[in-house]
Amino acid sequence: MDENILAQKDTEDLKYTPWLNPEISPMVQIKSVSKYFGSVCAVDEVSLDVYPGELFTILGGSGSGKTTLLRMLAGFERPTSGSIIIDGVDMTRVPPYERPVNMMFQSYALFPHMTVEQNVAYGLKKSGIDKQEINTRTAEILELVKMGPLAKRKPGALSGGESQRVALARALVKRPRLLLLDEPLAALDRKLREHTQFELMNLQEELGITFMVVTHDQQEAMILSSRIVVMNRGRFEQIGTPGEVYEYPDNRFVADFVGKINLMSAEVVAVESGIVTLYCDEVGAELCAYASHDQTLEPGTQKWIAVRPEKIFISKERPHDDAMTVLKATVNDLGYFGNLSLYRVELTNGRILQVSGQNRVRTSRKTVEWDDEVFISWDIRSAILLEA
Amino acid sequence: MKKLFSNLQRADGRRQWLRFALVLPYLWLLLFFLAPFAIILKISLADPLVAQPPFTALLDWAATGWQRIHVTVDNYLFLFQDRYYITIYLSSIKLAAISTLLCLLLGYPVAYFIARQKPRLRNLLLLGIIVPFWISFLLRVYAWIGLLNSHGVINNFLMWSGIIDQPLTLIYNDFAVYVGIVYSYLPFMILPLYANLEKMNLDLQEAAADLGARPWQVFLNVTLPLSIPGIIAGCLLVFIPAIGEFIIPALLGGSDTLMIGRALWDEFFINRDWPVASAVSVVLLMILVIPMMWLQKTQSRAESNANGGAS
Repeated sequence: MDENILAQKDTEDLKYTPWLNPEISPMVQIKSVSKYFGSVCAVDEVSLDVYPGELFTILGGSGSGKTTLLRMLAGFERPTSGSIIIDGVDMTRVPPYERPVNMMFQSYALFPHMTVEQNVAYGLKKSGIDKQEINTRTAEILELVKMGPLAKRKPGALSGGESQRVALARALVKRPRLLLLDEPLAALDRKLREHTQFELMNLQEELGITFMVVTHDQQEAMILSSRIVVMNRGRFEQIGTPGEVYEYPDNRFVADFVGKINLMSAEVVAVESGIVTLYCDEVGAELCAYASHDQTLEPGTQKWIAVRPEKIFISKERPHDDAMTVLKATVNDLGYFGNLSLYRVELTNGRILQVSGQNRVRTSRKTVEWDDEVFISWDIRSAILLEA
Repeated sequence: MKKLFSNLQRADGRRQWLRFALVLPYLWLLLFFLAPFAIILKISLADPLVAQPPFTALLDWAATGWQRIHVTVDNYLFLFQDRYYITIYLSSIKLAAISTLLCLLLGYPVAYFIARQKPRLRNLLLLGIIVPFWISFLLRVYAWIGLLNSHGVINNFLMWSGIIDQPLTLIYNDFAVYVGIVYSYLPFMILPLYANLEKMNLDLQEAAADLGARPWQVFLNVTLPLSIPGIIAGCLLVFIPAIGEFIIPALLGGSDTLMIGRALWDEFFINRDWPVASAVSVVLLMILVIPMMWLQKTQSRAESNANGGAS
């Protein structure tokens, strides 16, 4: 992580960054946990601390081991090795029905033979709470998720969004120390999903319960999370805030998986006062980037340079700025999205780069057209230097 | 245009074929179930005769056409007046009910176990359930005689191992009939239960466990209620044939094993009283059909309640 971000963090309120506060002990500790199914390794020696009040997201593609990790936290799978500590208690071998953890299933898993009310009350009944309190707490939580009027319905008569609310209410009603959510929004249509994202965040803030979310949707992860772990082939590629993961990816996988990016392989030419000069064969030009201290920068070492599309400017005149990398290109493709435009530009040697720009000026004519000769440029601080 | 027309024609032809395909099963049912039932019903309303056929005709024919309808309910009255038949119905119901319960208790865990295996093993295990059907039913019942009789495999083994010194009477009693029925009809319980349990969403059981239910509570609150359709199907498939079972009580039962199948046989072939025998089978049918119709009605009502909540 860059030193300047850490310095910046220090001045911020630690309330929203409990992982930086040394006085807070973690809610969940995953200690070198592995899980093998036969000889197949699903989760490979991962360690992680999640702090109280976090909305922590496990982000990964299919087969990355993210769901297996979540299921181990819920108690449905037992780690092959390592331990899981929740709220200071070792839960590695504790069955699911004795954990202070509840889970919202991707399929929602509402009991079809029970009404909404009975579904929500089920967990409370199992913990032997008296009837009066069960009723008040069930009504309360159904009110919170705005499902009170539908309390007597069976799940078969609910829409996707309604089912999602009931599933959430059922998982929250026992006031767990930790709530696990398996792809909570995947089954909802886009409009509803955007709406629900914010509801979920508000609810989490209101109740102060630690949330751990599994998702394959990087946009969802960015919006929801206090921190994200990017998982790939059973391992953690990076743990960090959405900003850190997006702007300061640790490696090529993270850079490529989270958001759009232009990746170019390059060879170190020289290092001078923290600025690395690299020769990029794909582009046919020399590129510059800021060095981070933990990288080897011997001339001749292979690196990757990555630039996000929105960090690249596109213009018809050559910009005159020494802190900019400038390349000549032709517009190959243009996608107009209203608020922004996506360009695919071809460099003189044929390499294609993605560029995106906000349409700030109200005009129906495009400033840059198909086949226009343009200059693309980026601040050398925008270039991400990654290990080969 | 021409092409469109020919397409339409083809679609129409297909519909014709479909209609024919639908008619076929109805025709089958009509010919082989409804028609024989009508004949049985007719015979049950006749008087016995020492003749060929051994019952009076429904219509008396004369030169001018039919004169009068000959119908009597004497046979039914006889069934309800004679305590023998009431006892025999009750004992058949009891035997079939207990056998069904035993099949359920044995079959449920087996079906559950198979449904939770990996697909390959699952198919192999199912095959194991079905394979005995490839051997004649009669032979399999006979095999039990060899196992159960006083010099049979089981008694020989128990004597040899010194657990007993007198052979146990395992055969020609109700015990042997239970063994035979449970053995023969167990697959009919397992298969519908398996079909139900196999498609059950495992998330539901995990969700229950997650909410604090212990394994036995998960079973009682979630798995069992959701498998009720499978249980009902399995129980009907066992109970219905078991109540009218003839071969098993005839081969394995004692002289005091009272079952309706044997009473029917005796009435038809020994007493040659076809009208009473027909009445016996009509009453048996009623015993089976009326609860089934009631069950179906309550089930469809429950279903419409579950779905009708939406407005």
